[in-house]
Amino acid sequence: MLMPAKNPITSFDVRKVRKDFPALELLIRGKPLVYLDNGASTQKPSAVLEAMDDFYRSRYANVHRGVYELSEKATQSFEETRDKVKNFIHAGDRKEIIFVRGTTEGINLVAHSFARPRLQEGDEVLITAMEHHANIVPWQMICAEKKARLRVVPMDATGTLMVDHLDSYLTDKTRILCVAHVSNALGTINPLETIIHKAHRMGIPVLVDGAQAVPHLLVDMQELGCDFYVFSSHKMYGPTGIGIVYGKKELLEAMSPYQGGGDMISSVTFEKTTYNDLPYKFEAGTPAIAEAIGLGAAIDYLQAIGMESINSFENELLAHAREELNKIPKLKLIGEAFCRSSIFSFTIDGIHPHDIASILDREGIAVRAGHHCAQPVMDFFKIPATVRASLSFYNTREEIDALVRGIYKVLDIFG
Amino acid sequence: MSELRELYQDMILDHSQHPRNRGKLEKATHHADGFNPLCGDKVKIDLMVDNGTIKDIRFEGSGCAISTASVSLLTEAIKGKSEREIEILFGKFHDLVTGKNENSGESDNLGKLAVFQGVREFPMRVKCATLSWHTLLAALKNEKKVATTEK
Repeated sequence: MLMPAKNPITSFDVRKVRKDFPALELLIRGKPLVYLDNGASTQKPSAVLEAMDDFYRSRYANVHRGVYELSEKATQSFEETRDKVKNFIHAGDRKEIIFVRGTTEGINLVAHSFARPRLQEGDEVLITAMEHHANIVPWQMICAEKKARLRVVPMDATGTLMVDHLDSYLTDKTRILCVAHVSNALGTINPLETIIHKAHRMGIPVLVDGAQAVPHLLVDMQELGCDFYVFSSHKMYGPTGIGIVYGKKELLEAMSPYQGGGDMISSVTFEKTTYNDLPYKFEAGTPAIAEAIGLGAAIDYLQAIGMESINSFENELLAHAREELNKIPKLKLIGEAFCRSSIFSFTIDGIHPHDIASILDREGIAVRAGHHCAQPVMDFFKIPATVRASLSFYNTREEIDALVRGIYKVLDIFG
Repeated sequence: MSELRELYQDMILDHSQHPRNRGKLEKATHHADGFNPLCGDKVKIDLMVDNGTIKDIRFEGSGCAISTASVSLLTEAIKGKSEREIEILFGKFHDLVTGKNENSGESDNLGKLAVFQGVREFPMRVKCATLSWHTLLAALKNEKKVATTEK
């Protein structure tokens, strides 16, 4: 089951949208590419490619440095993206938007600069059973260092977090709760409102891994009220190498820098360094300038289509996919949460996901086979791996039908 | 489709669905674990080595059709062979699955192992076919570290 779309699509034209993505015209061994690995990374619209190309060709210089015009303009374009991100996720202040390399670095930044100094022996860090390795390992590392305890909120057999049990995990020792907005392996949308409310009632800050949510859902920091929200550009049609940490200003101000270097200081002597103000305090060294400009173009592109249109089109696509896949004998969908986003994982009795993905690849269909950087999720379902198809608004019903035909080919080969 | 049929030949499907020599050896003299972190394939190999040659072999593990068939056929191919003979055989097998050997495998005395020649059209699957061999060699050396296909 999934959330019914609020409005049927009226203005959204997938044929038109597909023309914006040059990679969607690729042929794989003579067959049209059916790209269903958007959860790993999305293809890029021409608007993003052109913005980056134009910057490198005609407007390139370092930022926050020169008094010369080129650098001033580069700085302006770079900083414009900060405003675009702020507006896109409805943050309260542009200073709350920190550029990092991606979700993984963002979580490490919060673990290192926020959680680490606040953790004492016997304290607890709370994560959930469906986290990506990026939202497990940084916490394990600081827990080991500080002799703190990593606790895990369980999920049920449908891949739904057991939020009813959450209160018993939130104790006076819990220093932070870290949770995915959308599970990368299962597609479950977690009930953040309830989770954040419960944590905040206990005075516990909440970090949200938004990597799989931002490309699909309207994300609103004012509505969510979380303390940190972290996501990557390359999963939301922007370039690789850049991501965002949103943090509440008062928390970011109280935190020490993550890395030292240029840009993050206001004055340096060999005796003492004064750190720069937010957001620069967390942005040591020359940032990913062209990538920031590309991310800005991606946000413009998404907003021109509208996240509500994107969400309702993707929901229709997901409903179609689940209906068709459920008809295939021996196929089992992994993760049946009521609230879901554009990801579905499945297994087929007696056929390993890698064999399925190899055969689909020969049909031009790109899906992911493996543990999806979520080995504990695989262990929970007692499977070594799944096939994961993850959708974008540029996918079509015909592509879903091609996937289904591909799966029948797999069944045929394996007799 | 033909490339796929060549990869998933009947013998490979048969061995992947009904692997031979599966289980543990009570009196193993050598043992190693193999793991491909990329795809999660796991294999454990028990050996009974006597006088420099392999008397018996068993394996346990889970993996794709290629890796399961590879370990199953390997267990049949290496009984009675010495470590040196196995290294030579693996060299030939490796050339076969990576396409370094343009001839069909039969001329190299690979026997049934020649069935893996279709793998060369699937570079991403070479590690599936070779994990068991790396694990076997680790077992012969009685390496404690988990074997991988990475050098």
